Amino acid sequence: MESEIIKIRDFSAGYGQNFVLKNINLSFEKNKVTAIMGPSGCGKSTLIRCINRMHELNLDAIHKGDILFNGKSVFETNPILLRKKIGMVFQRPNPFPTMSIYDNVIAGYRLNGIKLSKKEFDLIVEDSLKKAFLWEEVKDNLHKKGTFLSGGQQQRLCIARAMAVNPDVLLLDEPTSALDPKATAMIEELIVELKKTVTIILVTHNRTQAARVSDFTVFLYLGELIEYGSTETIFTTPKNPKTEEYLIGKFG
Amino acid sequence: MGEVKLRILKDRIFTFIIYLLTFLSVIPLFAILFSLVKKGLGVINLNFFITLPKPPPDAGGILNALVGTFLLVLIASIVSIPIGIVAGLFLVETRNRFANMLRVLINVLQGLPSIVIGIIAYLWVVKPMGGFSALSGGIALGIMMLPMVVKSTEETIKLIPYTLREASYALGADYFTTIFKVVLPAGISGILNGILLGIARIAGETAPLLFTAFGNPYLNFNPAKPVDSLPLLIFNYAMSPYERWQNAAWGASFVLIAFVLLINIGVKLGGRRWRVKL
Repeated sequence: MESEIIKIRDFSAGYGQNFVLKNINLSFEKNKVTAIMGPSGCGKSTLIRCINRMHELNLDAIHKGDILFNGKSVFETNPILLRKKIGMVFQRPNPFPTMSIYDNVIAGYRLNGIKLSKKEFDLIVEDSLKKAFLWEEVKDNLHKKGTFLSGGQQQRLCIARAMAVNPDVLLLDEPTSALDPKATAMIEELIVELKKTVTIILVTHNRTQAARVSDFTVFLYLGELIEYGSTETIFTTPKNPKTEEYLIGKFG
Repeated sequence: MGEVKLRILKDRIFTFIIYLLTFLSVIPLFAILFSLVKKGLGVINLNFFITLPKPPPDAGGILNALVGTFLLVLIASIVSIPIGIVAGLFLVETRNRFANMLRVLINVLQGLPSIVIGIIAYLWVVKPMGGFSALSGGIALGIMMLPMVVKSTEETIKLIPYTLREASYALGADYFTTIFKVVLPAGISGILNGILLGIARIAGETAPLLFTAFGNPYLNFNPAKPVDSLPLLIFNYAMSPYERWQNAAWGASFVLIAFVLLINIGVKLGGRRWRVKL
């Protein structure tokens, strides 16, 4: 099973005494887009935050079970090393407000004290911005602050920033929920393009988005995994009636 | 109908009273500025800034006090800024009883009479060093400035959105890198404002300097020796029987107030320009 980059085994997680996620078993395929969908509060974000151990930043975070990344438990991997391999993009675009576009892209290097020559950085910046479909729009303003960009551009800048450190996996936590339809379309196009180089796990509460961009779809409901399969199967012939109800909009 | 007219009348009367009281509250400031300009502006010329005091009946300039004030503010900044920023960060980052206690203590420190801080600096620094010095004065002023730096840091950092830290963590940055390279720079304008207002405040302090920096009619750059400062010079000159010295005190007061005013205006204008757009 070489193609399964992340395996989630009997995994539960939550806050305080409360498990939000209950006994999840799931594998993510390499270089594919897997969408995690479900109504608000079903544990989508908690799940992907466990993959790069961001969940533990909450003081009362709890978990049990295991998540394997390339066969090794993430909980036995140093979170700093883990997060270099598993990048993340958040709901709201969050470029570093004090840094220029250029510095934002190489922030992953700068913040970790990795020093490269100006030429190497130039290459990384150009390459990452091209990967994020942002290069043409910003190439003449690389030293302006990233916060002057539009929301959609900022989000693509955040994707470029995550891609600059060459991660194996990119976690996208509702990356378009704060964006307008045009910017959303662009990000979706980008997601499809990016899967050539990275494995993408996309959390979304938008059913049609999951249908448009993903290869596999996971449906979570109240912290439980209801159904998992190829996007085509899930959207055409769901096995679980709950999935069907969700897809036709009966709830969530 | 009469009822409504009465209400309108009442409304007008209260509006008038509010305007009047507001106006009254700024009269002292304008009165002070007026007399400072009237009596102080006359003695100000280039020589006033670049010469040293002369024996009476001449007055000379205030170069010694300018250099002294600069030295004192510099030492106070070196003492208070690093400690203040770290303490402010601690208050934001730590939620426990100790942090709450510290917050109360910082408030107490801010309310401490400056003369008491002067006595403490005398005991701690002047006595062991065996003499008055710029260093002891700077430390006294630094203690006064500290609470302002702590509070401005705390208030500013509290407002930095958590998503910014998440972005940094998600790139693999550790806690301290996140704080010092992402969070602090994002709050720099607020912290800077606090520092500037702190400087504006201590630049006019006299009491703690009476038995620390002491005053010095000669030019001195050595932190281990006594220095003059603008408020000390004003105090000494204003008490003297010589008319030119008294005039020089007005001139020095004008310089001091102008400095404080400029910092305040600078903070207002600069605050807008330096503010990091989040």
